[in-house]
Amino acid sequence: MKKKKVVMDAEEIERSLTRIAYEILERNKGTDNLIIIGIRKGGIFLAERLREKISAIEGTDILSGMLDITLYRDDVLTTGKRPEIEKTYIPFPLDHKKVILVDDVLFTGRTIRAAMDALMDFGRPELIQLAVLIDRGHRELPIRADFIGETLPSSLWENVNVNLTDNRNTDEVVIEES
Amino acid sequence: MNLSRKDMLGIIDLSREEIDFILDTAESFKEISTRKIKKVPTLRGKTVITLFFEASTRTRTSFEIAAKRLSADTINISASSSSVVKGETLIDTARNLESMNPDIIIIRHSAAGAAHILAGLLEQSIINAGDGAHEHPTQALLDMLTIREKKGTMEGLKIAIVGDIAHSRVARSNIYGLTKMGADVAICGPAMMIPRDIDQMGVSVYYNMEDAIKDADVVMMLRMQLERQKRDLFPSLREYANHFSLNRDNIKLAKNDVIVMHPGPINRGVEITPEIADGPYSVILEQVTNGVAVRMALLYLLSGGKK
Amino acid sequence: MKLLLKGGRVIDPSQNIDTITDILIQDGKISMMKKDIPLPESDSGNDLKIFDLKDKIIAPGLIDMHTHLREPGFEYKETIRTGSEAAVAGGFTSIACMANTDPVNDNRSVTEFIHKQARLAAMANVYPIAALSKGQDGKILTEFGDLKNAGAVAFSDDGNPVADSGLMRHALEYAYSFDMPVISHCEDTGLSSGGLMHEGFISTQLGLQGIPGIAEDIMVIRDINLAGFTRTRVHIAHVSTAGSVQAVREARSAGINVTAETAPHYFTLTDEALKGFSTNFKMYPPLRGADDVEAIKEGLRDGTIDTIASDHAPHSSVEKDVEFEYAANGITGLETSLPLSLKLVHDGILTINQLIEKMSINPSNILKIPKGSLKTGSDADITVIDMNKIWTVDTDKFRSKGRNCPFNGWELKGKAVMTIVGGDVRYADSEL
Ligand SMILES: [Zn+2]
Repeated sequence: MKKKKVVMDAEEIERSLTRIAYEILERNKGTDNLIIIGIRKGGIFLAERLREKISAIEGTDILSGMLDITLYRDDVLTTGKRPEIEKTYIPFPLDHKKVILVDDVLFTGRTIRAAMDALMDFGRPELIQLAVLIDRGHRELPIRADFIGETLPSSLWENVNVNLTDNRNTDEVVIEES
Repeated sequence: MNLSRKDMLGIIDLSREEIDFILDTAESFKEISTRKIKKVPTLRGKTVITLFFEASTRTRTSFEIAAKRLSADTINISASSSSVVKGETLIDTARNLESMNPDIIIIRHSAAGAAHILAGLLEQSIINAGDGAHEHPTQALLDMLTIREKKGTMEGLKIAIVGDIAHSRVARSNIYGLTKMGADVAICGPAMMIPRDIDQMGVSVYYNMEDAIKDADVVMMLRMQLERQKRDLFPSLREYANHFSLNRDNIKLAKNDVIVMHPGPINRGVEITPEIADGPYSVILEQVTNGVAVRMALLYLLSGGKK
Repeated sequence: MKLLLKGGRVIDPSQNIDTITDILIQDGKISMMKKDIPLPESDSGNDLKIFDLKDKIIAPGLIDMHTHLREPGFEYKETIRTGSEAAVAGGFTSIACMANTDPVNDNRSVTEFIHKQARLAAMANVYPIAALSKGQDGKILTEFGDLKNAGAVAFSDDGNPVADSGLMRHALEYAYSFDMPVISHCEDTGLSSGGLMHEGFISTQLGLQGIPGIAEDIMVIRDINLAGFTRTRVHIAHVSTAGSVQAVREARSAGINVTAETAPHYFTLTDEALKGFSTNFKMYPPLRGADDVEAIKEGLRDGTIDTIASDHAPHSSVEKDVEFEYAANGITGLETSLPLSLKLVHDGILTINQLIEKMSINPSNILKIPKGSLKTGSDADITVIDMNKIWTVDTDKFRSKGRNCPFNGWELKGKAVMTIVGGDVRYADSEL
């Protein structure tokens, strides 16, 4: 039997995202040149929620995009199967932009490394900041997040899953044994 | 979904799901070519060889661009610059290439089955870039991607393929692909260019252009290549153009939103009149763009695949 | 030297014999066929070899009337020695070889050379078939009389169809005056040229230019008409189509003197086999459709097709390890012909007696050679067959130099286990 433990429920996730939205605005002094980019797949929902919140707080629309980092992964050819590729959607240059990169869980840091390499191919941003819902530790690269929903010590044999859907009431973060 | 095969030799081997998966992947790859920096590091350190025994600048260039956008190193070998002319066999050539440890070999050859020889012999992934009159799978995939983009689906579309079907690998690969995807395929050409029993491939056969393109959603014109025919099959290009070219008049028989395709290079004034080739129905340039995306997708999906 | 074959089932269609009996061979001839031939007194024992052939079939030495031995000229593909070694290993005591050597067997010196090499090889009897036209180029007849005197048994431009009907007519008439057969490779090159395989759905799928069945039928019908008109006879080589079988059948019943052969691949394989582009399935005529295969079987069953010949056509990797389009036509056959033909017996299409008839006395009658019978006093050419031996084709073990065999790895049932030529055991399975 797999043990499953809910570590954040919908309400807690919502509160975290609201706090992160304010932190982003505070740190960047508003929404000028601000762009939010979610990393497929887990970061997409979160990026969209953050965009909504920030737009609502500031009363102004901000741009957002989606990034599939598969082609930049350092293990893309060494895993048995070629991972599926989904569309990247960044239809604007990133030159001089403040990019908020969003993912659900920060773990080894390799995904973020790939994502930053990818972003550089879309222009030269002024800065990149990283927002994650969960930081579970175990970094393998010198990478840290700028905005963190919750820091969650985990063991390597556990999986941390962020389950977000359109039905926000069922959102949850769970830890499962792998 | 995953493409679990070492080689891409022909559309005949693919399932409908595999075709959809390749096209989905290609769609994702299309975006890369619109970036400021049109290159991803995925195939860094991989070597892709294009081995062309038939001249074809456009197909080779398409593969080369695809490989380069994935950061692979590409080496182009053409029959004139290789030792093939000096009596070396295809198998010798293959063995020589193998010793240079490439990862993917793309072969174009005038003999049907040439890619299969390499595939059976080598550990490397082989992509068939056209073998005789047999198959040209990447062309059919880019054609299908173009149709799917323009029409949303291939299911139920009426698609006319017109020209020298007998000698056309583009026709064969498209017939396999489009029939698998649920299209209603009509082929048309002079009687001596319609190969025997082709109706068993699930297509309807017409000898008259007007009947073939009536109500068509897609008209695919083939390049008329009198030089590929071993015997003089047809009286003249003039006679051909009079009866089998797509022009301002007969295109009216097709649906209003018909798209016109051609694998290129075009014989203007032979199989297609210039105003049609350059006109609003034509998606010929989109085909070229999609060619790069489809080839990127295949290079990606086949890379790392070993026997 | 004497051989005593004990307890085998002797099948000799030339004498209508099918019985369990002993055969005594002396001085290269069949000296006695009798049940329970008594063992001689011990003093002569060192001169007598006894073989217990219980449960084996003893047949007149099998004859393959259509082979290519490649010598002179293409010794890297096969020699008369390796070809005749392959023949005895496959159960053939006599083979006829086609004239498309280099130089072409269109003159006495080549015919004599083949005889000489065959004598030196001392394996199977080799009967040269001389070219019908000089250089096999379809223009001028060869010297039929001289070639006959030199030991040729038939005339054929096999490999190159005789396009000129006038030349074919003269060949039939002139050969008939020497009581010699003309063997016709029937192919209308207007229909076949550039073709690589049978024309049909598979050729359409593979994008390989087709060779329609009628390319053969039309020429079979032409040659039958010529033989009828000139009141001569013609032998049709390697029949592969339903149309040819029907044409021969009708001609035969109209009283025209036509005989016909087919090869094992034409009743074993169809054009489906080409799907992987393996050049070991490339031959002329090409492998045909399933309907043709059925018609060939029926032609064998009803006697329309007189004989099975291998069309043994060894090639080296130089000709075969290339693109399908560039590969040479032809497959090796001597070492698989009998086992593949035995399948007709196992499948109930022919009786073993009919099969032996088609592979011994029938070709002997067509070529008018004194072989194919176990009559007392005749040459002791004998093939011993184990009908039920299961074995696997392994081209690495072939005596032939040719490895171009589409049946490599096939498990077959039945084979020749001993081949005796002129009273001499030229091949025997280890168990004997
Ligand atoms: Zn022949």
